[in-house]
Amino acid sequence: MISFALIFIASLFFTGIVVRTKSIAQGRKGPVILQPMYDIWRLLRKGSVFSTTSSMIFQLTPSFYFASILLAMMVVPLCGTTGIFSFRGDFIFFAYVLAFGKFFTIIGALDTGSSFEGMGASREALFSMLVEPAFFLLMGTLGLITGNLSFADIFAMFHFGSYTSYAFAAIAAFVLLMICMIENSRMPVDDPKTHLELTMIHEVMVLDNSGFDLGLIMHATNLKFAMYSALIANLFIGDLAWYISVPVFFAVEFVCAVIVGITESFMARYRMSHNAQFILALSSLTLLLFLGVMATTGKI
Amino acid sequence: MEIQNGQSVSMSQLEVLPYNTFYSDIIGLMEEPTAHCVNYFAVPRDERLTLICCIAVNASHSIHVLRSEVGRDDKLLPLTNMHRAFHVFEREIHELYGLQFQDHPWLKPLRYAHDRANDASIYDYPFFNIQSEEFHRVGVGPIHAGIIEPGHFRFICEGEKIHHLEIQLGWQHRGIERLFVEKQKLLQRATLAENIAGDTVVGHSTAFCQAYESLAGYQLPEKLAFDRTIALEQERIAIHTGDLSAICTDIAYQLGNAVFGRLRTPMINFFQQWCGNRFAKSLIRPGKTNFPFTPQLADTWRNTIAKYKPHFIEMGEHMFDLPSVLSRIERTGIVPTTTARSLGLVGMAAKASGIEADIRASHPYLRYNELNIKPIVKTSGDVFARARVRYEEVLASIQNIERLIDLMPAADYQPQTELPLRPGMLTVSLVEGWRGEICHCAVTGAGGQLTAYKIVDPSVHNWMGLAMAVRNNGISDFPICNKSFDLSYCGHDL
Repeated sequence: MISFALIFIASLFFTGIVVRTKSIAQGRKGPVILQPMYDIWRLLRKGSVFSTTSSMIFQLTPSFYFASILLAMMVVPLCGTTGIFSFRGDFIFFAYVLAFGKFFTIIGALDTGSSFEGMGASREALFSMLVEPAFFLLMGTLGLITGNLSFADIFAMFHFGSYTSYAFAAIAAFVLLMICMIENSRMPVDDPKTHLELTMIHEVMVLDNSGFDLGLIMHATNLKFAMYSALIANLFIGDLAWYISVPVFFAVEFVCAVIVGITESFMARYRMSHNAQFILALSSLTLLLFLGVMATTGKI
Repeated sequence: MEIQNGQSVSMSQLEVLPYNTFYSDIIGLMEEPTAHCVNYFAVPRDERLTLICCIAVNASHSIHVLRSEVGRDDKLLPLTNMHRAFHVFEREIHELYGLQFQDHPWLKPLRYAHDRANDASIYDYPFFNIQSEEFHRVGVGPIHAGIIEPGHFRFICEGEKIHHLEIQLGWQHRGIERLFVEKQKLLQRATLAENIAGDTVVGHSTAFCQAYESLAGYQLPEKLAFDRTIALEQERIAIHTGDLSAICTDIAYQLGNAVFGRLRTPMINFFQQWCGNRFAKSLIRPGKTNFPFTPQLADTWRNTIAKYKPHFIEMGEHMFDLPSVLSRIERTGIVPTTTARSLGLVGMAAKASGIEADIRASHPYLRYNELNIKPIVKTSGDVFARARVRYEEVLASIQNIERLIDLMPAADYQPQTELPLRPGMLTVSLVEGWRGEICHCAVTGAGGQLTAYKIVDPSVHNWMGLAMAVRNNGISDFPICNKSFDLSYCGHDL
């Protein structure tokens, strides 16, 4: 319960910090941190408009997508407590409940019959498929180190015992952050700011959504950011007391948001055809990590 | 007949060739590698059409003007079959007067002019189509998400790869050329010229003034020529800087977008200080200027540029050295030199593809003789080359203005407000705008009234270049290719 609440609170500020970081990098003052939330609140109070070519699937999609993120959040542990529920193999549940939400956004996009949205859906499907091995290899590695199969147990056992676990935590944090940026369709894979439909991935899939539905989709992104950053925070918290771990959690969220902002400020986006290479490189990095752990634990 | 840039010639001196000779003479002229067609149009004359073709030859710094007369029902041999660059001109003649061309490969509507000969509708353009299970079509526009003008793009793609792009324009047609003939006042015409393309105000109004003054037999005072040259170079700096910012936006490079965007402002605001309009409207008028370039303005310019230049160079060098930027712009949207030549590309796009196409160097006008312009040429023909040409041209233009200011002449001329046109004349006026070669042709009738005014914006030549550049590229790279050309819709649609 605590983790759920903490992630929700962090999600309110995450995008605001990203936007603010980008503004400062540009030499502008930037909007207030809560501006993205004001926008979402405004959208949530509006009605939705539906295209006449779309069916019920399109109308269900935003709610299913949002619900899938809430469900995934429930298994994330934090600060020594488990999530709302926890069981052996809950990280598989985590991955596939997110995939379920993504499946709905894809068929929702196809439902509109727009050629743009079909293109976006095909890209999103490809990139999420490629990022899946990276996530499972990473969780498999952590499971191998700790000998456990649930988020709560894995992170509780993942102590900073030796220098190798520092290295593992650093690489795992990097991989998780990258997965987070790919899953959230941020730079360098996707550009959330662009107005060019032909280059979009996620944005083009939600072109037809409006009002309340759009608000849900936008807040789902914030929650996803906060949730992945919570996983990163878990790598560093271990079994620290709450009065240390809660500030550490918020510090990690803040650092992640700033890193996202800085990445988006100082580099160009990848060419679409290079995205696949980049994501596969991420998987191979985790494979190295996995083999390294196998070697150190004497499994091979 | 061979003339110089901005020279007028009496229509009666132009020999009327039979179409066959006209055709073979043009083919003969085009054998010279630096020859290109700057304008080719028809003027109705009783029941017949007078065809006028202007071929500019860079090597000899001259323009060849050829004239022929044909009946409206004649079936002509198309020049497009020999030289692709003629397709826009023949399509326009066909569209306006219904003149038929035998076996023309691409006789599609050009811009749906209001006074066209056929009643084709813009809503059923004959798109190239492909019957296949593997390919899919993507239509973009004419209403776009950004702030750009209307144009329809239809892609035939295999997955992410573009196989074919067809561009349908004409949504922005305003009938500018006809208005030039209908409006009688000089001020009305000068205002029209400023509104041919909103981003090339100086380029088009200079071309108009050059044509108009030549028809009136007006000798341009040195100071006016000086002012216009400065304005042309300043417009190049301002628009190129803005374009570099826009290229950065399209590859999601925020730093470049922010810095170049900020640097564009003082450059475009310099026009505001000069003439009260950021796009230099009302600055250039035939026979006079309401806003002469003064020594005080020269000081302001020096101060502005002293702040601008170091930042521009720092940002440019950083951008063209950044791996993530280079990976997006290198080898994207390549137009090889042979393709560029056969399509008759002009200006920046041609220079990026290894062609020395610069009217300032090949057909000097105003004060460009003294500046000894060297075209900046890149050979790779990709987005990188087009961006890099812009960057280096900005630096060259700064140098040009610096040198010009040192040569500032005194303002010792009488402003001319009335410029009566000489009867029965034809003039060809070429100007290198920031985008490329602008051509204005005007013909006067027996009473000295305008009977035809034909405008060719560089975009007219270059749109087909964009369609070829994106072939075999990813469809997500189309926006960056499009931006690197940065063609005008209203300049094409007129």
